[in-house]
Amino acid sequence: MEKMPKWADVLLTPLISLVLAMAISALVILAIGESPWEALTTMIDGALGSSYGWGFTLYYATNFIFTGLAVMVAYHASLFNIGGEGQAAMGGLGVALVLLSLPLPHWALALPAAMIGAALFGAAWALIPAWLQARRGSHIVITTIMFNFIAAAALNYILVNLLRPVGSMDPASARFPNETHLPKLSDMALSLGVEWGKNTPVNISFFVAVIACVLVWLLIWRSRLGFEIRAFGKSEPAALYAGINPVRITVIAMLISGGLAGMMAINNVMGEAERLVLNAVEGAGFIGIAVALMGRNHPLGVFLAALLFGFLYQGGGELALWTSIPRELIIVIQALVILFTGALDNMVRVPLERMFMAMRKRGA
Amino acid sequence: MDLNTVLQILDSAVRLMTPLLLACLAGLYSERAGVFDIGLEGKMLMAAFSAATVAALTGNVWLGAMAGLLGALMLSAVHGIASITFRGNQLISGVAINFLASGLTVLLGQKIFGLGGRTPSLTPGAELEAQVGPFRAWLSGIMGPDTAGWLTTTPRMTGITLPFAETLGNVPVIGPLYAEVISGHTILVYVAFLMVPLTWWVLYRTRFGLRLRAVGENPASVDTAGVSVTRLRFAAVAIAGLLCGLAGAYLATGLSAGFVKEMTAGRGFIALAALIFAKWRPWGALGATFLFGLLEAVANRYPNLDLGVITVPSMFMNALPYILTVIILAGFVGRAIPPRAGGEPYVKER
Repeated sequence: MEKMPKWADVLLTPLISLVLAMAISALVILAIGESPWEALTTMIDGALGSSYGWGFTLYYATNFIFTGLAVMVAYHASLFNIGGEGQAAMGGLGVALVLLSLPLPHWALALPAAMIGAALFGAAWALIPAWLQARRGSHIVITTIMFNFIAAAALNYILVNLLRPVGSMDPASARFPNETHLPKLSDMALSLGVEWGKNTPVNISFFVAVIACVLVWLLIWRSRLGFEIRAFGKSEPAALYAGINPVRITVIAMLISGGLAGMMAINNVMGEAERLVLNAVEGAGFIGIAVALMGRNHPLGVFLAALLFGFLYQGGGELALWTSIPRELIIVIQALVILFTGALDNMVRVPLERMFMAMRKRGA
Repeated sequence: MDLNTVLQILDSAVRLMTPLLLACLAGLYSERAGVFDIGLEGKMLMAAFSAATVAALTGNVWLGAMAGLLGALMLSAVHGIASITFRGNQLISGVAINFLASGLTVLLGQKIFGLGGRTPSLTPGAELEAQVGPFRAWLSGIMGPDTAGWLTTTPRMTGITLPFAETLGNVPVIGPLYAEVISGHTILVYVAFLMVPLTWWVLYRTRFGLRLRAVGENPASVDTAGVSVTRLRFAAVAIAGLLCGLAGAYLATGLSAGFVKEMTAGRGFIALAALIFAKWRPWGALGATFLFGLLEAVANRYPNLDLGVITVPSMFMNALPYILTVIILAGFVGRAIPPRAGGEPYVKER
C-alpha cells in the first residue's frame, strides 16, 4: 500500500523542503543584518520583473536543465554522477574543437555538429568512471570527483598552451566564426516584431533543452533501455536475474548522463561566450544535483527546478548589485535545497507519511 | 639540485602535507565507522574561516583554533543528523555541506569584515590592530591591562625550534635535515604527525577502535553485541569534525596568515584521495599525504618541471594526486577495498 497519495509525494515533499531551505536562508539573511523580504523582492524584480531579467533567468535555466537531466538519468540507474562539472567542461572543449576546425557555413549546420561534439566529449569523460565502476567496482562518486579536477587541469593546460591564439594573453580559445553564432531569443522575437530580452544571452539552445526533457522522458519511461536502467537502479540482483547486463547498463547510463552534461556547452560556450574560456561551467554541473533532487528525478520536475535555480542565479546577481548581500547567498540556498531534498528527505517525508496514514485511518 | 634545495622542498612538503594528513585521518575515522564523508573540504573551509575570524578579532590564535574546532563540529553535527539519525544519503549530505561552507564563509566574512570574503591579514600591522583593539579594550576592563596584552599578541601560529636544532645543525646531512625539515614547524604539524601512531593505537589496540572498525564492516554484529551503532557512528563523525577543525585552523593561521575565499582549494578531496591511496590505514595515510604534499611542493617550486626529455607542466603535477587515485581505484596497483558497510545507513531490525 502506498503510504501517501502520489500528488503529496511529487509536490508536497519538494515544496516543504523548499520552504524549509528558504526559511533558513531568511534566517541567514537576518543574521547578516539584511531584510529577507527586501532580498526576495529584489530577486523577483531582477529576475522576473522584466524581459531582460527573464532572458538571463532562462539562459541559466538552460544550463541547469542539461546538468539536471544528466544527474537524473544516472540516478535512475542508482549512480550518483557528481562529475557533471567536468563533463560539461569537456563538452565545451568538444564544441570549441568542432567549431574551430570545421568550416560550417551556417548555424543550422553548426548546431547539430556542435551538439555531437559536446555530447561525445562529455560522454567520453564519463566513460572511464563508468567502466571502473562496472568492471572494477571503484566507487563512481569518488572517480567522478577526481575526474572533475583532472578535467579542470587538462582544460587549463589546453587553453593556455594549445588553443590560445598567438599573441593573446587570455587563457581562452579564438572566437568562433560569425556564421556559427546561434540566434538569440531576442533576435527571434524581433523578427516577429516584438522587442523582448534585448542584450540577454538566452538563445535557441533553450528549445533544445526543452526537447531534451521530452526525449529523456521517452527514454526513461517509454523505452526498453529506460526500463532496463530503472530496473537496474531499483535492484541489481533482480535486473541480473532478468537478463540485464549490469556492465552494459552502467556504461550506457553514464554515457547518456555525460553526454547530456556535455550538451550544456551549446548554451554557455557556443550560445553565450562564443569562444571557450577558462572555468566556463561556473558550478552549473553541481547545481544539476540540486535540480535533479528538487525535481524528483522527473524531466518535468527538472525543468521546473531548473527554472527555479535560473531565477535564484539571476536574482542572486541582482542582489549583489543592489544590496550588500553577496551573491554567495545562492550557494547557501543551493546547499540547503540539496540538504533538505536529498539528505534530510526522511525528516520531511516520514512525518508526512504518518499524517496521511492517520488521516486515512480516520476516514476508513 | 643541491642539498639545500632538497631540504627546502622537503620542508615545504611537510608543511603542505599537514592539513592533508589531518583531513585524511578525519576521513579515516568516519569511513572506518561506515559513514562516507565527502564533506571534508567543507568542514576544513568552515574551520579555516572560524579560526581566522576569531584570531583576527581577539588577536589570539588559540581562541581561533577553538573556534575552528567548533565550526567544523557544527557541520559534523549536520552530517551526523542527516546521515545517521535520518538515514539520508551520506554522499548527498557531504555535497550539501561543502556548498554550505563555501557560501556561509563568504557571507559571514563579508558581514564581519567587509573585505569581500577574506579576513584581515594575521600579520601584525594596522589592519589587524584595528580589529583587535575593541576586544583588547574590553579585556583590559575585566582582567587588567597586563593580561589583555598577553592574551592578544599571538594572532598567528609561530614555529617551534626543537631542542638541539642549533647544535646539531653542523652535523653533515642529518644536522640540516633535523634543523631545516623537522624543527621549526608550528605545533599543529607535530600534533598531526603524532595523530598517526595515536590513530593506529586507537583503531587496533583499544576496544573503542575494534568496535569502530566493526561498525564499518558489519553494524548488525555490533548491534547484536549490545553496543549502540548510532553512538559509535556519531563519535566517529565528531572525531572527524575535530580533526578537520585542526586542519582548517592550521591552514588559515599556520600555513597562511588569514582566510581567503575558497582557500581549501580542493584539499579536502585530495585528502579523500589520500585516504583511498592509504587503503583506509593510518600509516598509509602518512605516506600518501607525504607523497601528495611533496607533489604540491615540487609543483610550487618548479611551475614547469624540466626533465630533460619532456617538460612537465604544473597543471599535470596538480592533477597527479587525482590521476594516481583513479589508477589505484582501478585496482591496477594494489586494490583499495573500502569498509564494507560504508555509505549504508543502519536500520535496526525489529
